[in-house]
Amino acid sequence: MTGPVPRARKSRRVLGATLAAATAAILVACGPTTYEIPIETPIQPKLDLSAFQRVLIAGFVAGGTSDVDTNQETVRLLRSQLRSKSSLRVIDADVLALLEVAQDQNKGAADPPADTTKGDSAAPAPRAAQAGDRTPTALPQQIKEEKDLEPYERLFANTAYWKQIGEEYQNPLIVTGTVLFTSHSRSGFVSRDVEQFDSLGRRRVVPVRTYMERTGFILRPKFIFIDGRTGATMYSESYREEVLYNASQTTPALSSYFELMDRLVPNFLSALSTQKIRGTRVLLK
Amino acid sequence: MKWSITAGLVGALVFPTAPLLADGRADAAAQVAFGIEVARRGLWREAIYRWERAVQIDPAYAEAYNDLGVAYEHEGQLEKARKAYEKAIELDPKNPQIRQNYDLFKEINDRASAASKEKP
Repeated sequence: MTGPVPRARKSRRVLGATLAAATAAILVACGPTTYEIPIETPIQPKLDLSAFQRVLIAGFVAGGTSDVDTNQETVRLLRSQLRSKSSLRVIDADVLALLEVAQDQNKGAADPPADTTKGDSAAPAPRAAQAGDRTPTALPQQIKEEKDLEPYERLFANTAYWKQIGEEYQNPLIVTGTVLFTSHSRSGFVSRDVEQFDSLGRRRVVPVRTYMERTGFILRPKFIFIDGRTGATMYSESYREEVLYNASQTTPALSSYFELMDRLVPNFLSALSTQKIRGTRVLLK
Repeated sequence: MKWSITAGLVGALVFPTAPLLADGRADAAAQVAFGIEVARRGLWREAIYRWERAVQIDPAYAEAYNDLGVAYEHEGQLEKARKAYEKAIELDPKNPQIRQNYDLFKEINDRASAASKEKP
């Protein structure tokens, strides 16, 4: 029984083992051919801010729900974001009540000039009034929807007013605009995943369409960037974000406001400072 | 015997550069592998140097162009990244990983170009 047959078997085993070892060695030497790697892509700011060292978040023409003081909250949030995420120095100043400023300017423009020698330098007249238009559109006292904001756009075009604000704060970059934060409700079919177990106790998730009444909020800010040296608008951008909850869920307006602003803040910051976008890519051998 | 001599001569005439090409690809592959090692340690500039060398040695090396695209993207050189990815796709149009990298890059690049167009 110790003839040539077992020897042949043995040599086959040795050969097999050698081949397996060689294959393993080749695989280890070659290693994987793909590598997932995290990257951070820097995106340059939308605005050239080389002329500015300081920024004034002046205030906003705000409207919508009365549960949140949108002007104050927006100013506070943007200031704190800029302090931590931008190289610009943030000016601490009282928040401008732009709704009142706009109404004063409108009133001033509508009134006939009693004495031209007594110019009101505190609130320069809007451009329309300067151009000779003595009947500017009345400004709505309360801002409830988007169209109520339109007449207030004149305020942002009033370069004399913004130049004056700029002079007051040594020519910073001025950030202002409008913010509309409104509640809304929507009913309809919503698809949601429901967990089900069959007769054998096996779990499965099934999409089910159900009719739901939902309530929530819409946030529509428009950020306007003004050159404090000239009072002219450099750039503006508008956004719209909304959130909906089950009608039974009671979410405070302020927390919804912050939830929606959280989504917008990166876009706002990308106008002023370099942003890094994180992602993963695959490197190949 | 005659056949083997003939085959050898034909081979030498038709593929005179085959060993050189094989050496070139091996050298380029070594540059790519080293580039990956250093990129994984965060040394992206060195990685770019290696991958640029790799595509100089072997201009048909799709993977090296893909890696260059990733590195340029990481460095914020978006135009160079776009060209590198597009070259990689041109060389290996069916590679799903290159395509995936390019799609992800395009999302960012579109945002950045939209931003630059909006610049006053």
